[in-house]
Amino acid sequence: MTRSPARDWETDFDHLDPRWAADPYPIWAALRDHCPVAHTDRFEGCYFPSTYAAVRAVSYDTTHFSSRRVIVRDQRVDPLPAPPITSDPPEHKPWKQALLPFFTPDETAKLESRTRQLCHDLIDAFPHGQCDVAEAYTRHIPVRVIAHLLGLPEEDGDLFRGWIHQVLELGITDPTVVMPAAVEMHTYFAGHIAARQHQRGDDLISKLLGLEIEGVPASPGHVIGMLRLLLIAGIDTTWSAIGAALWHLAEHPADAARLRAEPNLMPTAIEEFLRAYAPVTMAREVIRDTVIEGCPMHAGHMVLLSFPAANRDPALFPEPDRVILDRAENRHAAFGLGIHRCVGSNLARMELTVAVETFLQRVPDFRLNGPVRWAIGTVRGPRSLPISFSL
Amino acid sequence: MLASSITEDSVAEDVRAMHVHVDPDKCQGHNRCKLIAPELFVLDGMGLAREAGDGLVPPAQIDAAQRARANCPEFAVSLRRAP
Repeated sequence: MTRSPARDWETDFDHLDPRWAADPYPIWAALRDHCPVAHTDRFEGCYFPSTYAAVRAVSYDTTHFSSRRVIVRDQRVDPLPAPPITSDPPEHKPWKQALLPFFTPDETAKLESRTRQLCHDLIDAFPHGQCDVAEAYTRHIPVRVIAHLLGLPEEDGDLFRGWIHQVLELGITDPTVVMPAAVEMHTYFAGHIAARQHQRGDDLISKLLGLEIEGVPASPGHVIGMLRLLLIAGIDTTWSAIGAALWHLAEHPADAARLRAEPNLMPTAIEEFLRAYAPVTMAREVIRDTVIEGCPMHAGHMVLLSFPAANRDPALFPEPDRVILDRAENRHAAFGLGIHRCVGSNLARMELTVAVETFLQRVPDFRLNGPVRWAIGTVRGPRSLPISFSL
Repeated sequence: MLASSITEDSVAEDVRAMHVHVDPDKCQGHNRCKLIAPELFVLDGMGLAREAGDGLVPPAQIDAAQRARANCPEFAVSLRRAP
């Protein structure tokens, strides 16, 4: 299907336009200067806040903006409940509080040694001298960690990636693929839930089945909603973050050398990769007319809520387009702002850190070796990342 | 302005006690403070942060406290000197 190219970015923006997908940063910089909230008639009406202040204002305002639809699509589809990400106050809080204890730093640290072993196993299998890092490394890491956490077979990874591709990429322009993917996921999860109804394990699905939300035991339907969130939000997001960090290091060997020489810099550098290459753009739906940063926003329109754009705003981040591995002040919004802060942020941070550390240890002198292909739509990251390396 | 100066509290000769505080109404559990200054913050069972003890910052931890404040996405971490 062909789309008409965007006529201009202020009144006809299209984040699926190949120019935006390939290099959105100059477009956002131009918008920030004189149009902090752009609009398009595409997507049945949608706004695009480009400044940190506007993204922050929308994120904090649950009175005028609803999370019931969190993906901007060409045509609206019925919301797929995946609490708490699709919940608004007051329903949001009990769902969020139910999930938070499973994703603290201490809980996610329990998965670290397995994640590190997985990274080593993947690198052991690299072909000699060159490979596509997206194919051979980044895309396998989060899917296997999530499968392990949930107690699902790691071999089902292709199935999960297929659903995510349908919901987050193909489904943006073709609404007919969303529901079949949702039905398949529902059937798949219902089977795994049924198997645990009489014999719980120590996996997260079993633990979710034991949850009470405001005194009411979570039903299988509730648990399926939460699993939909954990699966969709926990896989190609982190895959993208790992890929973007490795892409940067392949393009900037001096940064790779510095991280090898100064391993203590890693935590600060990881946050800088998250800032500069934040993979996730969310959405809101305007439910009451309001004004953000002087721009009227009307009920019924969607909002493309770009944390990546907020993270490149020079008002909060000096030299925003430079990756500064030891950036001292970095209040990045890669995991969102306000009540919808990513519940899996500690898990994502652990996976990103372990994947980059292990890669730097094991793969010497890696360089880009061909064209990079970036995912289009809600999650931005390299889907093809060919490199060469010495042995 | 949103961008706060990272150095405004770091007057070397100022010997007044420094305290750190997490605003519980602002904290969303990003855990950036805990990563930067693990001794100054504690997390509850949901991963939400508060200052350890009464928030007193030992002199050796002042730099870490300032970095924790400067990296909180929710602007929930504050520092103050005793009057």
